[in-house]
Amino acid sequence: MTRKQRRLVLIGGSLGVLAVAVTLMLNAFRDSIVFFNSPSDVLERHVGPGTRIRLGGLVKSGSLVRSDGLRIHFDVTDGKTEIPVAYRGVLPDLFREGQGVVAEGALDNAGVFDADTILAKHDETYMPKEVADALKKSGHWKDDYAQRAALPVSGASK
Amino acid sequence: MIPELGHYALMLALGIALIQSSMPIIGARTRDPLLMSMATPAALAHFAFVAIAFAALAECYVFSDFSVLNVFENSNSQMPLIYRLTSVWGNHEGSMMLWVSILAVFGALVALFGNNLPATLKANALGVQAWIAAAFELFILTTSNPFLRIPNAPFEGRDLNPILQDPGLAFHPPMLYLGYVGFSITFSFAIAALLEGRIDAAWARWVRPWVLGAWMCLTLGIAGGSYWAYYELGWGGFWFWDPVENASLMPWLAGTALLHSALVMEKREALKVWTILLAILAFSLSLIGTFLVRSGVLTSVHAFAVDPRRGVFILAILVIFIGGALALYAWRAPLLKQGGLFAPISREGALVFNNLFLVCACATVVVGTLYPLALQALNGDKISVGPPFFNATFGPLFIPLMIAMPFGPLMGWKRGDLLGAAQRLLVAALLAAVAVAASFAISHGGPVLAPFGIGVAVFVMAGAVTDIVERTMVLRLPFHATLRRARGLPRSAWGTAFAHFGIGATLFGIVAVTAWGSERIAEIKPTQSLEIAGYQVTFDGVFNRAGPNYRDVVGHFTVRRSGRIIGVMAPSRRTFPAREMATTEAALMSRGVSQLYLSLGDANKDGSVPVRLFFKPDVLMIWLGALLMFCGGALSLSDRRLRVGAPRPARAKVKPALQPAE
Repeated sequence: MTRKQRRLVLIGGSLGVLAVAVTLMLNAFRDSIVFFNSPSDVLERHVGPGTRIRLGGLVKSGSLVRSDGLRIHFDVTDGKTEIPVAYRGVLPDLFREGQGVVAEGALDNAGVFDADTILAKHDETYMPKEVADALKKSGHWKDDYAQRAALPVSGASK
Repeated sequence: MIPELGHYALMLALGIALIQSSMPIIGARTRDPLLMSMATPAALAHFAFVAIAFAALAECYVFSDFSVLNVFENSNSQMPLIYRLTSVWGNHEGSMMLWVSILAVFGALVALFGNNLPATLKANALGVQAWIAAAFELFILTTSNPFLRIPNAPFEGRDLNPILQDPGLAFHPPMLYLGYVGFSITFSFAIAALLEGRIDAAWARWVRPWVLGAWMCLTLGIAGGSYWAYYELGWGGFWFWDPVENASLMPWLAGTALLHSALVMEKREALKVWTILLAILAFSLSLIGTFLVRSGVLTSVHAFAVDPRRGVFILAILVIFIGGALALYAWRAPLLKQGGLFAPISREGALVFNNLFLVCACATVVVGTLYPLALQALNGDKISVGPPFFNATFGPLFIPLMIAMPFGPLMGWKRGDLLGAAQRLLVAALLAAVAVAASFAISHGGPVLAPFGIGVAVFVMAGAVTDIVERTMVLRLPFHATLRRARGLPRSAWGTAFAHFGIGATLFGIVAVTAWGSERIAEIKPTQSLEIAGYQVTFDGVFNRAGPNYRDVVGHFTVRRSGRIIGVMAPSRRTFPAREMATTEAALMSRGVSQLYLSLGDANKDGSVPVRLFFKPDVLMIWLGALLMFCGGALSLSDRRLRVGAPRPARAKVKPALQPAE
């Protein structure tokens, strides 16, 4: 092989791998991206049943119902709209009524959000950033949230 | 008094870093030996002052000086000594101090042991090192001063974030930082080489130990973090593709590529320009990692405090260093002469293959991590790029790399023999085929691809053994001759085999636990039992226990296998009054390399307790593999070749092309 051919093989091979990588990424972006929505967003954007989204808001006080062991129902609200959520499993350490929550899953045909993951991205002093933004947008942001969030301790469990 | 002393020492360190960042470089340009020789004492003095500052901060923590704001916010006098010490870096300011301290240690090491370096290279490298130090010290002093006092000292501190109060955290951040900052040395050398416009095999020989050391620490740091997440977060997951995890994976991938391309450069003087670029990229990704976890862009356990000024400052550091380095690269890299030629099928070709796939895999992680941030900045859409994305991109790129890996070490330099290598790997391939068949036979259910994953893992492990077997001629020579050959093998060959075996082991663990792990979630009352993978776990009840700064509600569980008691598991819910925070302390029971994993929820009023019970087959292989990689790195590091330093040019000329394939 001449020097030129060697270089061609090298460059061609590199471009080939790069093309494969880009294709993989574009494909994955089409299939596996999950959008964050507040309950109002879900209504406005007409998120259909079966579309995977992240739903964020506050756990409505008094809405938490535990039925048959690990089956859990609660409402997620942003002050304007509420969406019922169903989940089966052990709730994260800091799941509480009246606090921020992010749930991942999809709406079913009856309009109930079927969550397979509940994220507890917060502790007692911290509100998930997405939830805080959504609450500000809907005008239901209270200053004491901001105060609490401004405390220098903002650890969260991933 | 002590905090002020530390503060003052840090300012002096900044001053020295500024001198060190200018004088030696000017000296190197004007060939002034006096200015160049300032680098060594400056680096040592810089180290001394940073050490004083760090010691002062540590003193405040250990003796619980709550008049210091940082200590008040992150420590508590009730905490055991070890956590009072580790909380030094369990917060933003302290972790930056740790960053700078490690940087100073490394700078001093280069100054002390760099006597056989060309004077200009040493002066330039130490100068660049001081730029980084100065930037971070300025950052600490202006936006994150750990020595700030509060006028009225409180009586008790606010406590360290409970999930950080864990032995795993004692070594996870220092290890990661040793890795991140270790790449700063290769970065400095790369920039120094660009400034000089000259680079040779001796450069690679000098840089390789640093790459190896940084890579080893990073490997262990990532593995440690993953194990910590596994047992502390109570979900039983070992990797979440969380941005903060990706932040450490990106420099690891780039560093692994650098490790291999530096090898080509050292042996064959080829891939010079590429190696320099990788050195710049590895450290840039370390900086991006620091930026991602420290700036508050991401909300996670690592984002200790959110202060926009800090984000902007780190972003400026990022832009100046990465942008500057890449601009310098674009300008000066064409000056570097290209070296050794090689055929596509050769050891060099294999290492290029490795680099190509590693860099592409790294790029997918970079894109997946940064894309949501970019999108949010552009149009405000909030998305999450989770495991499905990375499984669909990173996986397909990593598998060819794994399959090709055993071929590399069996190939000769310059021109390799693919068929010969394939023949020698026949046994390994057969073993892999047996493993695939066996896992199909044993497993019921699980993804169809999983047995093939096991096959690839076995192929990688067997391939690593094949390399050693071929070199020592086991079974073909009498035993004592084999032993002699084994002893005569360069340590780096053993290192390669260990590290490659390790990655196979890790892959094995990941595939097994992902495909065949099982999970039970239930609410159980005392005397009730759960069955999982042939184990019977009986709930005996809960009791309370008090710790130094927490209260535990401990569940008591008896584990039986075919009716025989094999042990007890005691997971707990731990409440920390100082922060009114609760954590889940999972209980683990190892069975060989598999584990039973049990975590507890909050007890209900009727006495029942929600539990999560996992069976994690071969899960320990994941971290044992990382440990093997670390050992492999250590073996390579102890290789004679790296200790004796650069060979004299005269010797290299005697047999330039006829080096035996090793």
